[in-house]
Amino acid sequence: MSAELTQSGAEILLRALKDQGVEVIFGYPGGAVLPIYDALFKQNAIRHILVRQEGGAVHAAEGYARSTGKVGVVLVTSGPGATNAVTGLVDALMDSIPIICLTGQVPTHLIGNDAFQEADTTGITRPATKHNYLVKRGEDLARIVHEAFYVARSGRPGPVVIDLPKDIVINPAPYSEPTFSHPSYRPRTDPDLGQIAKAVALMKQAKRPMIYAGGGVINSGPEASEALTKLTRLTGFPITNTLMGLGCYPASDPQFLGMLGMHGTYEANLAMHGCDMLLAVGARFDDRVTGRLNAFSQESRKIHIDIDGSSINKNVPIEVPIIADAGKALNALLAGWEASDAPVDKPALASWWRQIDEWKAKDSLKFTQAMTRGSIIKPQYAIQRLFEITRARKQEVFITTEVGQHQMWAAQHFHFEKPNRWMTSGGLGTMGYGLPAAMGVQIAHPDAMVIDIAGEASILMNIQEMGTLSQYRLPVKVFILNNQYMGMVRQWQELLHGSRYSETYSAALPDFVKLADAFHATGMRAQTVDELDDVINAMLDCPTAVIADIAVDQKENCYPMIPSGAAHNQMLLGPEHEASDIGVTDAGMALV
Amino acid sequence: MLSPTDTTPRSATISVLVDNESGVLARVIGLFSGRGYNIDSLTVAPVDAAGLHSRINVVTSGTSMVIEQIKAQLDRLVPVHRVADLTMEGPHVARELALIKVIGTGEQRVEAMRIADTFRAHVVDTTLGSFVFELTGATDKIDAFIELMRDLGLAEVSRSGIAALARGSRVI
Repeated sequence: MSAELTQSGAEILLRALKDQGVEVIFGYPGGAVLPIYDALFKQNAIRHILVRQEGGAVHAAEGYARSTGKVGVVLVTSGPGATNAVTGLVDALMDSIPIICLTGQVPTHLIGNDAFQEADTTGITRPATKHNYLVKRGEDLARIVHEAFYVARSGRPGPVVIDLPKDIVINPAPYSEPTFSHPSYRPRTDPDLGQIAKAVALMKQAKRPMIYAGGGVINSGPEASEALTKLTRLTGFPITNTLMGLGCYPASDPQFLGMLGMHGTYEANLAMHGCDMLLAVGARFDDRVTGRLNAFSQESRKIHIDIDGSSINKNVPIEVPIIADAGKALNALLAGWEASDAPVDKPALASWWRQIDEWKAKDSLKFTQAMTRGSIIKPQYAIQRLFEITRARKQEVFITTEVGQHQMWAAQHFHFEKPNRWMTSGGLGTMGYGLPAAMGVQIAHPDAMVIDIAGEASILMNIQEMGTLSQYRLPVKVFILNNQYMGMVRQWQELLHGSRYSETYSAALPDFVKLADAFHATGMRAQTVDELDDVINAMLDCPTAVIADIAVDQKENCYPMIPSGAAHNQMLLGPEHEASDIGVTDAGMALV
Repeated sequence: MLSPTDTTPRSATISVLVDNESGVLARVIGLFSGRGYNIDSLTVAPVDAAGLHSRINVVTSGTSMVIEQIKAQLDRLVPVHRVADLTMEGPHVARELALIKVIGTGEQRVEAMRIADTFRAHVVDTTLGSFVFELTGATDKIDAFIELMRDLGLAEVSRSGIAALARGSRVI
């Protein structure tokens, strides 16, 4: 080391983070990261949010990233700190969320020695991240940090781990300025114009077109959502969103058919099934979306825009693949459509819309709420009222969810007009995601209304983060649909396993009102339909964090539903249908 | 367009040029095991003077959709520079090296030596009761030799896995 190096590795690390625009780190200290925490103590540029468990830190960073479009940053110690972060890393990998996770590591000379709090973090996180690094030399530190940010946010975004041995952050290290390139990693973002022309030709010929847009549109930025909206309106095509894509197209628009997939609307799924041209944008033909693959949208000619080439032709063969950034490709399609003088089959499109309107008339999301005093609350109604009341208040609302029935009901009954307002764990389906994610969203948007729509089982998976809410006075609202069951699992047991409710009853639940009180938050409860609006209003008016415990109908199931292994045109629309009606096969039973 | 109904598996020889950094082989192998792809053969070594790049040659098998998926998955690994499907991109040569230990005496030993001559195998170690043959060639040639040695005292085999290049002036 030359004599002029005056900054420690930890100081170099923070300087690199600052130069990358980092304002907030979610973390938890420990032995291996003590020098970094010492450097954090001595500066004011970067704020540190102390979570209560490392898993919470990663979900918080995910909420922060997904609601802002920035990279979320996590700092945890070696060994258990790193292993606790793994679930969040896989969650971010599956949902393409840009995260930098800094993990402490034992000093380089102890690596491989089974030292105290040592874990093979790069080994463990290799399949859990987009990429990971072990910093072995101080002179590589700044370059690796800059490169990691580039990798995390470019192409298909994802989590990147930087493993930092303690000696690397203690010893002096040189600094280098941010770089925005990589010798081998150069994701393609500009669409091939030949493919765009082919796509426009297919779209013009379509008699029964359909647009299927996912989270990639949101990751591409608000311009992509704008381009998608313009293109959809210009073409007059129907559009559906995936769970991750909700908000990339305004839900109130008449061309929007709602979410598709396992718990999607009747019209969205039947339009997918019956279309003759499918334009997929930033979506990955996930099994929750396609249902039985050999029956999926068989008559359609397919165009697929994705920034990740490995998403194309993975599950469904594609006629016109376009590997590009969603926003750039959509703008190119828009230009191509405007420039093309090929005729559009307007009568066919009109007749397709008549067909879709017939499907819409089924009103597949309907439910019956008894309004007499003392009536039990339907979970769908609770979300519908939450949506209506927040909308009437014209507040900026961000919704996070846990995983299960409440998540699907939220996706069905809470409607989003803008991207980045809906944070949910889609690919991995991580119970316990919603509360820490809401924390991250509230940090990024201090004045917004941030609501975690939760179930009573999921919320307990990261309930410790109520402490973080309290410490930083984050007024997150936790809206629990409490049916005293792990509802989605119970629903599958009812439909597919002879109503044998094996281990899905939420026994010995805490008193959530008292629990809120114990965490210096405000607790409230609604047990009947006449109490609901007052509780929602009180919750929204409350200046502190709130747990609102909403007792809902225990027997309610989430419909519509395409049972696993079934096709889009084999939906269960309500309790009057049974899974046996559509013949769930043994192969279907084996699916998740 | 790829067809999901094409269920005939084919063999593919894929060459991958990667940054020569720690963990890169683990990334490639982890990708194959994690996603359930086959590895029939795998070789890796640095291939430039500075040692900056390594070439990994993988022989794998699967339907055309699976092979395309393998290539796309490899291509998105951060340290991967280039992925080439030598089987599909035109003719290529593929060779491997095998060391084969044969233990035997008398007529068996003479016959092993005679066959080794026919295959242009070299004897790289010998005792009065054993040979180690060194054989280079295409995989099926080595398979054939090993098959013949089975009745002649075949004791142990060590194979390198294949090294492969496109024919002609094409490079990856």
